[in-house]
Amino acid sequence: MSNGLTIADKTFASRLFIGSSGYPNQQVMLDAIAASGAEVVTVAIRRINIQGGGENVIELLSDRYHLLPNTAGCYTARDAVLTAQLAREAIGTDWIKLEVIGDEETLFPDVEHLLTAADELVKDGFIVLPYCNDDPITCRKLADIGCAAVMPLGAPIGSGMGLRNPYNIEIIRDQVSIPVIVDAGIGTASDAAIALELGCDGILLNTAIAKALDPVKMATAMGRGVEAGRLAFEAGRIPRKLYAEASSPQAGIVRA
Amino acid sequence: MSQQLQVNGIGKSVNASTIAEILQEEGVDDNAPFLAVALNGSVIPRRDWDAVQLSSGDSVEIVKPVSGG
Repeated sequence: MSNGLTIADKTFASRLFIGSSGYPNQQVMLDAIAASGAEVVTVAIRRINIQGGGENVIELLSDRYHLLPNTAGCYTARDAVLTAQLAREAIGTDWIKLEVIGDEETLFPDVEHLLTAADELVKDGFIVLPYCNDDPITCRKLADIGCAAVMPLGAPIGSGMGLRNPYNIEIIRDQVSIPVIVDAGIGTASDAAIALELGCDGILLNTAIAKALDPVKMATAMGRGVEAGRLAFEAGRIPRKLYAEASSPQAGIVRA
Repeated sequence: MSQQLQVNGIGKSVNASTIAEILQEEGVDDNAPFLAVALNGSVIPRRDWDAVQLSSGDSVEIVKPVSGG
């Protein structure tokens, strides 16, 4: 078992945070979340459907998991701050996954608005976990503002492309002292493992599990990928070498 | 007396004069858990839903958590 992950005043045994959206049905979602071993589950905040109906999944999740509301769909600092404040009122948590999107097609963050919103929310007492670019400078600024973690993207949301710039992720890990959670872009278990092997503290993902052919099986794989990656990081990998180094003894080799 | 409000982005004429009344008028159970309301961009805590008065032209947001990533 690897060491736990501490963010603000909470410690989690699992380093996998999981989204609750886009599963084939509610039961598959619940089974997949359980199979992943995740303790933190993300949710969105939306206008209620006044005509009635809609889902009541939150009641089911709130008993079992630490809910992490997001500000998905917000394009300005103002909307993101209001959404975070509504989330705090609705769920009773100070934790917020801060997203401020800058472009509909790539869903890349708007850094200017993100920094503004992060600053306001930290001053308002929030535990801010910002989804951000894989840019070490932005991450350093977010850390300086007082965010509880940074969550650089591995690749665009829902793209399943894995870590497109592992070197930047490595620099980010090196340059900030708060937890680094890779958020977005994970496609399969090895992507998650690679992020953890680089020293990242955790993974936040949704689509790679929800849209897999077998979400429950993929959730199990992701949970193990995260755990394997973290164990490997803690164990300390051997240095890379260009040339071979025999592993069997060189003495006493049979010569015909 | 009816007044013009924006409720979740939709303009409508309502008789409600408080947050609690607008929820009732919209068929939303104001005792339901996980509800949150904002008036003109500021969150109104549940304990104030009976007290806060609405004026014509106000914008009300009524939200709840849903599945998300």
